Amino acid sequence: MKVIDEKLENIDDNIENKATFPKDMWVKCEKCKNLLYKKELEENLYVCKKCGFHFRVNADFRINMLIDNGTFREYFSDLVSKDPLNFVDIKPYKEKLESLYKKTNKNSAVITGIGKLCEKNVAIGVLDFSFFAGTMDSVVGEKIYRLGELAIKKNIPLILVSSSGGARMQESILSLMQMAKTSLIISLLKERSIPYISVLADPTTGGVTASFAILGDINIAEPDALIGFAGPRVIEQTIRQKLPDGFQRSEYLLNHGMIDVIVKRKDLKNKISDILDILSLNLNIAKKAQKHNL
Amino acid sequence: MQKFLDFEKPILEIQEEINKLLLDENSDSKLKIEKLEKTCEELKKNIFSSLSVWQKVLLARHPMRPYSLDYINLITDKFIEMHGDRCYGDDGAIVGGIAEINGKSFMIIGEQKGRNIEENIKRNFGMPHPEGYRKSLRLMKLAEKFNMPVVTFIDTPGAYPGLGAEERGQAEAIAHNLQEMIMLKVPIISIVIGEGGSGGALAIGVADVLAMLEYTIYSVISPEGCASILWKDASLANLAASALKLLPENLLELGVIDKIIPEPMGGAHFDIKAMSNNLKKFILEETKKLEALDIKKLLENRILKYKNMGNLFN
Repeated sequence: MKVIDEKLENIDDNIENKATFPKDMWVKCEKCKNLLYKKELEENLYVCKKCGFHFRVNADFRINMLIDNGTFREYFSDLVSKDPLNFVDIKPYKEKLESLYKKTNKNSAVITGIGKLCEKNVAIGVLDFSFFAGTMDSVVGEKIYRLGELAIKKNIPLILVSSSGGARMQESILSLMQMAKTSLIISLLKERSIPYISVLADPTTGGVTASFAILGDINIAEPDALIGFAGPRVIEQTIRQKLPDGFQRSEYLLNHGMIDVIVKRKDLKNKISDILDILSLNLNIAKKAQKHNL
Repeated sequence: MQKFLDFEKPILEIQEEINKLLLDENSDSKLKIEKLEKTCEELKKNIFSSLSVWQKVLLARHPMRPYSLDYINLITDKFIEMHGDRCYGDDGAIVGGIAEINGKSFMIIGEQKGRNIEENIKRNFGMPHPEGYRKSLRLMKLAEKFNMPVVTFIDTPGAYPGLGAEERGQAEAIAHNLQEMIMLKVPIISIVIGEGGSGGALAIGVADVLAMLEYTIYSVISPEGCASILWKDASLANLAASALKLLPENLLELGVIDKIIPEPMGGAHFDIKAMSNNLKKFILEETKKLEALDIKKLLENRILKYKNMGNLFN
């Protein structure tokens, strides 16, 4: 299974001796176009050493990156879409799903479970862009809802990492309703003062941004991630003018007040850990005091 | 100027004839009128009982269709419109205000389209900016404070996909509304009166009772948008409309809406008064039922409803 979608179609132009060039060992950076040694790129968490570009990585990689080795336990992995609308476009939705099940070895566009982050128990859900562009359908909504319930039951923080094209068209109104459903569980967490950290990775758009992804107690973005409601092409067509440089990118959103902090991938785990520690400090002190008084 | 759809033309032709005869004071014209009226009713019945999905989409977007303010004017005894989100501006694509109906107070909020170019510039073709959603939420919180049921009318092609809308947090405005409406401590009734365009509709559509008028649509994306992405051809919107299952009967079956409100024969635009009466009756009846529940139970029901939304998987 591939961690990133490699784009090597133009690689030959840069290589003098095409016959001996080992394609499987090199990746071209999407931003600076430099050739990167694959092993080195992996060691650097799929961030380009030359320009700092953050490649899109799959959900498994993110779980490994954020959760302490051997502590992750997946939940709700058996839920699969029923194709409730019997949706057919050029190809039936069912066929598209089947081929994705085989290709990705996953049942849905989100992995949900519990694990330790720097030795703290957390509930974590990661959307996977390689599965149906990480889009939210009934299953994704349900898994996030159940994960939130689990966080409440176990009284542990919730972390959701988003990378998604939005609500999935093939389940139309039901996908749309997942926006309300996932926002509901975030409301229930807030009522109980359970921390919810939202990590917005490239790209986070549409109904996912307009529901749980933007509702974090803390919103963290990876550098240079595309984050927005409408896609840039739709906006350009609507307003009929070119969009400014960096529009809808993390730094732009930070400047417009939509996110709390931009964190590089290599720092993400420790930063989340620090945030969780600080958020819970006084609550823990109060708890201890209560115990002492009893 | 009257604007009508192709399949409505035969109906209009008869009506024009009737109108002509009405001016004529001849004694046998009365009989002729009666006969024509009967033919007209039957024609309407025939045409409207075999509408295609696409024809229904066109009806939902009918340029003569009543808009939020039309209903508000006919339903309420008093209505005072409120403006502004207190942050940035006032959005003409959403109207809202306090109202009195049959001696009771309500907060009414609706997405508003325009009838001509001038109006549509003001109303932005019914596509709200974040300010519209933030104004809505402000008014809902006001309703909560004064124990007023909230009624929302949904009628939008979608939230506006523009530069300023993104910069001022379109996604945040929508998400925030979802989160707050779920927990709002007064009854919420939402009615789709025309187009239910995705997140732009849902942002004022989290409700205890969600209803759709008979000839309306509600989907995650417009048929045109869906066709251009999945079929790579926006002109195949009619195919996408069928695939999206966006009609009231589909949504009722999927458990997303609670009720379909019938329209007068020929659609709401043929008899706005009759449609308003249906709507008013519906709003008053449903409010009464919801107000019979204590707030705790009301919220429990609402939470359960959205928790179970789309529980259709293997």
